[in-house]
Amino acid sequence: MTQVDLSAQQDPLSPQPLGTGEQTALDALESESIHIIREVVAEFDRPAMLFSGGKDSVVMLHLAAKAFWPAAIPFQVLHVDTGHNFPEVLDFRDRTVERLGLRLVVASVQDYIDDGRLTERADGTRNPLQTVPLLDAIVDNKFDAVFGGGRRDEDKARAKERILSLRDEFGQWDPRNQRPELWNLYNGRYTAGQHVRAFPISNWTELDIWRYIEREKIELPPIYFAHQREVFRRDGMWMAVSEVSAPRQTETVEHKQVRYRTVGDMSCTGAVLSQAETVGDVVAEVAVSTLTERGATRADDRLSEAAMEDRKKDGYF
Amino acid sequence: MGAPATGAAQTATISPSLIHPEQFAQDTETPVTETPTIDPGSLFRFATAGSVDDGKSTLVGRLLHDAKAILADQLEAVTRTSAERGFGGGSGQIDLALLTDGLRAEREQGITIDVAYRYFATDRRSFVLADCPGHVQYTKNTVTGASTADAVVLLVDARHGVVEQTRRHLAVTAMLRVPNVIVAVNKIDLVDYSQQTFDQISAEITSVAQTLGVERLKVVPVSALEGDNVVEASQHTPWYTGQPLLRILEELPTLDESGSGEDRSFRFPVQFVIRPQGAVAQGVDGEHMRDYRGYAGQIASGTVSVGDRVIVLPTGRTTTVEGIDVAGTATQVGGAFPGEQLQTAAAPRSVTLRLADDLDVARGELIAGADDHVPAPVQSFSARLAWLGAQPLQPRARVLLKHGTATVQAMVTSIDGRVDLETMELADATSLELNDLGAVTLRTASPLPLDDYTDLRRTGAFLLIDAQSGNTLAAGLVGQQTGGGVEQQAGDV
Repeated sequence: MTQVDLSAQQDPLSPQPLGTGEQTALDALESESIHIIREVVAEFDRPAMLFSGGKDSVVMLHLAAKAFWPAAIPFQVLHVDTGHNFPEVLDFRDRTVERLGLRLVVASVQDYIDDGRLTERADGTRNPLQTVPLLDAIVDNKFDAVFGGGRRDEDKARAKERILSLRDEFGQWDPRNQRPELWNLYNGRYTAGQHVRAFPISNWTELDIWRYIEREKIELPPIYFAHQREVFRRDGMWMAVSEVSAPRQTETVEHKQVRYRTVGDMSCTGAVLSQAETVGDVVAEVAVSTLTERGATRADDRLSEAAMEDRKKDGYF
Repeated sequence: MGAPATGAAQTATISPSLIHPEQFAQDTETPVTETPTIDPGSLFRFATAGSVDDGKSTLVGRLLHDAKAILADQLEAVTRTSAERGFGGGSGQIDLALLTDGLRAEREQGITIDVAYRYFATDRRSFVLADCPGHVQYTKNTVTGASTADAVVLLVDARHGVVEQTRRHLAVTAMLRVPNVIVAVNKIDLVDYSQQTFDQISAEITSVAQTLGVERLKVVPVSALEGDNVVEASQHTPWYTGQPLLRILEELPTLDESGSGEDRSFRFPVQFVIRPQGAVAQGVDGEHMRDYRGYAGQIASGTVSVGDRVIVLPTGRTTTVEGIDVAGTATQVGGAFPGEQLQTAAAPRSVTLRLADDLDVARGELIAGADDHVPAPVQSFSARLAWLGAQPLQPRARVLLKHGTATVQAMVTSIDGRVDLETMELADATSLELNDLGAVTLRTASPLPLDDYTDLRRTGAFLLIDAQSGNTLAAGLVGQQTGGGVEQQAGDV
């Protein structure tokens, strides 16, 4: 009486499985993401894709290229440049945009600080400052949908956000008033002033991303792989020595073999000690990691347990 | 469709050239020879449901914890918060619910507001878990979570047995035709691991499930708190001969592996027409792509092979599949896509179809196997709704209806009843309120090729949308009831 197969009489499992057993988890995720990207491009007038050169946005852009092949990617890419980005990543961004023949829109936080529209924070972190240039770029370019590379496994607030997330004219996310998302029927309707953020890789994990990078031979900025760097210890993280992240008197500069697990603003993104020089090494490292990527490398998410939710409510990605 | 889907056919990339592969990118550099890491099996999606104190959050926390999907910094944060709130009276116990309750309001009020998605993997499979809260708007949440689920795990408190909420969750699950239902009889430790109690609950739930038409049901005695039969078989339940919960989840067929016959009919909603015309992808020769016309979409069900006869709906034109294209995988890091031509592809794969005849197919149309129980396009039909709108549904309401990739104007011509969740039968109703399940008749401005939801989940489902606010009003299921056929009334093309 413990296990009952009610279907045994009228609906037996076919002796010949459908063959989707051949489709792995990565295949299923790839197909889902391509479906989402195509839906958004078909239903919106002016979509754009956020592209920073970070691994998640690189994978998302790769999926977009696959979704429309043999045609070119039919939309622009948008980068919110904090002015504190790693030069290797900006170089990679520009090469990728050129290789794919894309048009890049850059919203510059530095410009906003220079002309006084934004003020530098006391802690030097520019991540929260990205919201205003992002929203202005959306309005100025009349973008009605913006693809973001957010993943639900990154953070507890992201775990609750829809794949298509409606934002008001201030870009705000209202977690208590989200549309139910049913089957794979995405409802992207919006009214004047609203726009939609679309997260096609919502269901990917960090390990999925790395396994896919390996399988698809996707190029990444070099800082994702182990290299020698001058670093210093702060808040339990290894910070790079740079113009925007200088050690205090009490902090000692050391030479370490490090790599980056996430790539963001230099002032708040920490490196991890690593010997992983190839994609295969990184996959092996991520598979046994005992820390989440944001927990290990992002000072801004350590502020509070709801840091991401608070930023999203303010119009952040 | 006709051809059997074999592993070889799935991955076959070479076929007689119909779109001149030599014109695609040619990567001449040496391919990378690194051995790829093993892909972790298939992707399995499941949802959890249960009433307030069934211990659902604890079960989810236990699954994640025992499957080693909780990392040190997450555990540290939860441990810190548990201690700050005095959870377990300072015993050092952690509140596993904090692992899934992510929003500020949830943490402050100790409630779960919305469906949360969690991810973990075993060496057999990757899992997507939709954790659906039980008490606030349970229908909305359960419908959302169950709509994409390969299985639902329904919790029952061993001390209370089958309660009203259990029946409601099971009714929603049955209506949404989730292929597998697992009932976890939780807190079995609190009834001294009694086989008699378990057997009684098991018999009762089986009876309810049969009434509702649940296809595959498994019942498992668990203790989420103690870990009995969650990941490892329990020593305390020698009378239970089945597998622990996680092992069951590892072995159940996915939606696309389930079903037979009509369930395997080929359905392909056209999302997008790909015509490169000068704007070609990296490495693609634009000259030779001038006449390329491909129909991009995700296979909703069944299998398609090159040479298959297909019908384009709702117009009813027939043609042959000339090619099944995907971008393929580059042979070097950062290289261009080589282009692959598949012989066969199966749901849920995203592909691009080329058709033999020069038909002008547009987004919103459906390509179906010409012999696969082709649905006759209709403009009036019966359906079940899960009403999710804040305002009640009134007869003659004008809405938008999204089915596949088509969005059309529609009218609810009549409300034919509301499901009484006590008896599971239709009772007379003049309106549907938030979270009601009901039966309606709809009329659409143009004909739609609808499948009965009972036969084909993805092409038997639709949304109702408020044209003004854009909000999603209802989850719709074509057909009168589980097992019922589509009533075709008028408007056939």
